[in-house]
Amino acid sequence: MGMTMTQKILAAHAGLDKVAAGQLISARLDIVLGNDITTPVAVNEFKKAGFEKVFDKDRVAIVLDHFVPNKDIKAAEQSKTCREFACSHCVSHFYDVGRMGIEHALLPEQGVVTAGDCIIGADSHTCTYGALGAFSTGVGSTDMAAGMATGMAWFKVPSAIRFDLTGRLPANCSGKDVILTIIGMIGVDGALYKSMEFTGDGAHSLSMDDRLCICNMAIEAGAKNGIFPVDDVTMAYLAGRSEGTPVVFQADSDAEYEKTIHIDLSKIVPTIACPHLPENTHPASALHHIKVDQVVIGSCTNGRLEDMKAAYNILKGKKITDGIRCIIIPGTMQILRECVERGWYTAFIDAGAVVSTPTCGPCLGGYMGILAAGERCIATTNRNFVGRMGHVDSEVYLASPHTAAASALTGFITEYKEA
Amino acid sequence: MNTQGKVFKYPDNVDTDVIIPARYLNTPDARELALHCMEDIDTEFVKAVKPGDVMVAGWNFGCGSSREHAPLVIKTCGTGCVIAKSFARIFYRNAINIGLPILECEEAAEEISANDEVKVDFNTGTITDLTTGKTYQAQPFPPFIQNIIKAGGLLKSLKEGENNG
Repeated sequence: MGMTMTQKILAAHAGLDKVAAGQLISARLDIVLGNDITTPVAVNEFKKAGFEKVFDKDRVAIVLDHFVPNKDIKAAEQSKTCREFACSHCVSHFYDVGRMGIEHALLPEQGVVTAGDCIIGADSHTCTYGALGAFSTGVGSTDMAAGMATGMAWFKVPSAIRFDLTGRLPANCSGKDVILTIIGMIGVDGALYKSMEFTGDGAHSLSMDDRLCICNMAIEAGAKNGIFPVDDVTMAYLAGRSEGTPVVFQADSDAEYEKTIHIDLSKIVPTIACPHLPENTHPASALHHIKVDQVVIGSCTNGRLEDMKAAYNILKGKKITDGIRCIIIPGTMQILRECVERGWYTAFIDAGAVVSTPTCGPCLGGYMGILAAGERCIATTNRNFVGRMGHVDSEVYLASPHTAAASALTGFITEYKEA
Repeated sequence: MNTQGKVFKYPDNVDTDVIIPARYLNTPDARELALHCMEDIDTEFVKAVKPGDVMVAGWNFGCGSSREHAPLVIKTCGTGCVIAKSFARIFYRNAINIGLPILECEEAAEEISANDEVKVDFNTGTITDLTTGKTYQAQPFPPFIQNIIKAGGLLKSLKEGENNG
């Protein structure tokens, strides 16, 4: 029996010809990532264990993104811990205020991660980089510390679910609607410990920003990783930005999948995940009665240029309805700059939105848009758990940038319909 | 190794945001964080928990964020063990790496009630509900993971490996 794409990458990084689902392996890491919340815990563990240097200063990435620019004194202390560690170990991929972005928008954009890599990150959405044809998965701070010290990590080789995508997405839908639909189908533990491998003509029709969004939320189905095959779209994206040489792995034709789920992209509709689980999905068209107080467009899921473009196309020349706070957060400084250059930033302000520098801020209830008791937000973020964006009695509805922007104009959940 | 204590019972899909809300994650101090453990779904937990007590939950315990602060606060509160029908994978890894005992046992998680007195033997994976008198057998860990647990966590096991190698 052949190997899945994920298994092939893991075998190559474990120095083995073949691996099988369930096998425990030790794999070589190309990048070890942490952020301003998880890195301080890792630094503490690293020092406590008596490690003195990182395995490779060019293979550790530390991104300050959750609470920066520092939201309070304690957050400032955490950033300081990261900064001092990065400086003392000459970490080359250290991103501070002014250069930073939301980690999972930033690392692909900057070419730090590439096809064929084996990556761990102390952030659950590290699974994003599967869009580039890499094996990439979230871990905790202790795994990050061990990875920084040794350049290795242990894994149980995952089995896989194949998602065979056909057709093309309607114009008012994006990768977000695809992944919300899938999570609604299989549940928040539907891919627990498994790979989600996306294949088929429909997969090749998706843009890189859509693929990054889809792989980003693989964790919301419990998956170890999500992954797309490497094709012309991937190579065009990596060209001129990838620091490492992309290595292309392909699933064997006789690879074993636990099951194959067929999805016709042309049948996808604007989809919402209602509180308090990402699996609680409904068509946006069935939720027109839900009034919202706040709209957030951004995050590691949907803070990329295409997401900003979708928001611009819907908000330009229009007014956000009274009583709605609309917060737009470009994912990286480069994306923010593009918004300025293209006049989108001005259009957002004219529509009545606020635009922030890159931050995870409101997505995890950190700052920049915290909800009061009883308030509702429609957000392009990735989780709608109890209290996720603020008060324990507030609610988050997960949506695509199209749906979030259209809802900002009406004050109610509204899918975008092309004029 | 074993633990004995009172049961706190939780549903399916307990996520790391309710185990420790991100609004408190501006510090890595486990003792400070532990004051807020479970507060968004159970404000009584922190007041009532005693060393050795046991959390019993449904499917997919610890889903969501990779924050290691989640198993860390559960451990710091004095919780002796978490029994669940299943664990989210990053939480599972983190719990082992930091030395929080966890056991997967669908039957025990289904049948054991809140406030029961429970005894857990980690060497054998035997769970005894002293209130009902019923015993359950959890899935044993693979040897590789048992070695991490025996060493007292991942980094200690790596250091042991270095010293032995």
